[in-house]
Amino acid sequence: MLKFYLKGLFRDRARSLLPVIVVTIGVTLVVLANSWVTGVLEDMVVFNARFATGHVKIMSQAYYENRGQQPNDLALVGTSSFMDSLESQYPEMEWVERIQFGGLVDAPDENGETRAQGPGGGMAVDLLSEDSGEIERLNLEKAMVRGRIPQSPFEIILSEQFADKLEVEPGDQVTLISSTMYGAMSITNFTVSGTITFGTAALDRGGMVADISGIRQALDMTDATGEILGYFPSGEYDDPEAASFAAAFNEKYSNPQDEFSPVMATLREQSNMAGFLDLIDYFKGIIVTIFVVAMSIVLWNSGLLGALRRYGEMGLRMAIGEEKGHIYRSLIIEAVFIGLAGSVIGTLFGLFFSSLMARGIDISGMMQNSTMMMQGVMKAKITPLAYYIGFFPGLIATVLGTALAGFGIYKRQTAKLFKELQA
Amino acid sequence: MKNGTIITIENLAKHYPMGGGKFTALSDINLTFSKGEFTGIVGPSGSGKTTMLNIIGSLDTPSEGATNVLGTTSREMTPKVAATLRKKHIGFIFQTYNLMSVYTVYENVEFPLLLLKKSVSERKKAVMDAIQWVGLTDKIKSKPPQLSGGESQRVAIARAMVKRPELVLADEPTANLDAKNSHHILRTMEQLNRELQTTFIFATHDDKVIQYLRRIITLEDGTVASDEIAKQ
Ligand SMILES: Nc1ncnc2c1ncn2[C@@H]1O[C@H](COP(=O)(O)OP(=O)(O)O)[C@@H](O)[C@H]1O
Ligand SMILES: [Mg+2]
Repeated sequence: MLKFYLKGLFRDRARSLLPVIVVTIGVTLVVLANSWVTGVLEDMVVFNARFATGHVKIMSQAYYENRGQQPNDLALVGTSSFMDSLESQYPEMEWVERIQFGGLVDAPDENGETRAQGPGGGMAVDLLSEDSGEIERLNLEKAMVRGRIPQSPFEIILSEQFADKLEVEPGDQVTLISSTMYGAMSITNFTVSGTITFGTAALDRGGMVADISGIRQALDMTDATGEILGYFPSGEYDDPEAASFAAAFNEKYSNPQDEFSPVMATLREQSNMAGFLDLIDYFKGIIVTIFVVAMSIVLWNSGLLGALRRYGEMGLRMAIGEEKGHIYRSLIIEAVFIGLAGSVIGTLFGLFFSSLMARGIDISGMMQNSTMMMQGVMKAKITPLAYYIGFFPGLIATVLGTALAGFGIYKRQTAKLFKELQA
Repeated sequence: MKNGTIITIENLAKHYPMGGGKFTALSDINLTFSKGEFTGIVGPSGSGKTTMLNIIGSLDTPSEGATNVLGTTSREMTPKVAATLRKKHIGFIFQTYNLMSVYTVYENVEFPLLLLKKSVSERKKAVMDAIQWVGLTDKIKSKPPQLSGGESQRVAIARAMVKRPELVLADEPTANLDAKNSHHILRTMEQLNRELQTTFIFATHDDKVIQYLRRIITLEDGTVASDEIAKQ
């Protein structure tokens, strides 16, 4: 009997091919959308971890609370011994110190008078140690436009645009006018060692990168640092792992009464990543829901059209003695097969296109993205979710659409169905 | 029921709702049918022939009165009971053939046996026999769109006969056929009626059919105007 139904299904193109194509397209799109969103998200997480948040970050409590203002007056102090103890306590982790700084950058003429001036913001990282991973982490080599990476404490990299604006070249002097950790005015000369493209408009307007030892001297931050970023050995951000790690650390080191005691925040907790990560999950849910609803409606309608065409067949089958419920079940069985076929093909297509997007279509090769610090590549990422995020909704939508369409037939009076036999 | 009686109809009436009131398609019908009959319900269009055939065939139910078809009364006729009755004991033949176009001749004829869960070998033999009765052995692999009207109706006869039902109900079976094909299918049915003792009840107003009938029940405006043995 099942064989009989399936034979009919495969021979009737309008009944099989069209719904399979519809399901295939839908499932492909869902799988692709998921891989793409996942890939973008992954990139953003990696990007955030590298440039801003680490997997975890240690700050003073007060600094953490005011982190929007780069409050170096609230920096952690005694950090060289603190770093030593971190490294011995958590040897598997990689710890790096960073200072966010801001100020006025002044380009003097040959007489020392201001020729051009502009506000800038920068990141001080360890550029000079042999074993520093920061140059690679920040993609500095590739992002250089002109000149070279600083080789001494008082060299600085400016964004290409900023350098243009100030009309300075690599080798020229600039003056950073800022304030020290203790609130005094700080005026320090740096040599521009090179220029860079950051890849985001805000940073390209006035971004800088300098070695942390020079900035420490400039801002009077000896043995102090704004932030200590920690990276897990796997290189991947795992939120539950980070959360429990941070909880254990805070339990041990953090004292709510002391605003200068250190506190550890995970990547998720910092900035707006937490809301963003939730939003992504939420969007995935919405995408899948919209998909199921839209597909069900499309399939419901095509099922209704198909059913109209098949009223004669239904009436006949009932006249021959098939029960209504049996016919209804046979329609559902047909739907399961259509749904399976469409979902399998759609998932395969989706995975195929995702995998192309995951490696092949790396537009950065063609564009100048690769030379930016923050690569704007939109890469797809295939996770285990991709194997079923389209598959089950595809199957469900097909069965649901058919169930709704079939319900119409089922509700239709038997006598009316038989009327079709006399038409 | 009298010995040999397979259908009794008592005080049958059928109303259809119409506008605010009701339309009476059949009334005061009292009839019995015996095994092996070759009977026609005859009358002009709209006289209630199809309605009567559908009630006998359990595709429809009486509004008043009672029927007993092959031992099943109209009172106990739930959709499930009706489906079982049709599946096991009744074959239908329609004016428009109603073959399933995606299936071959063989598969169309096989379908009733699949519903009856017959084994492969039983099915094969019964299907080949039925197709042979109607003379279409060379067309078993054809699909309905490739058949002529006469051939299609012969497939429908084979499908109705394949399970060797006790009762075959044929509603205007020749309405779409020319004279040659009409005679062909009637001779086929007449022969099956004799050989297998299958009871045939026709609804028709076609003289070509009427000349084969052994009993003619005439309906006029939903009532029996006459019921007579044909003089052949
Ligand atoms: N489902 C229905 N609803 C309303 N009227 C019907 C219905 N079926 C049949 N009729 C009416 O009942 C009468 C008898 O119909 P029918 O049995 O089909 O006649 P026949 O087969 O003799 O041409 C007709 O007037 C027809 O319009
Ligand atoms: Mg009729």
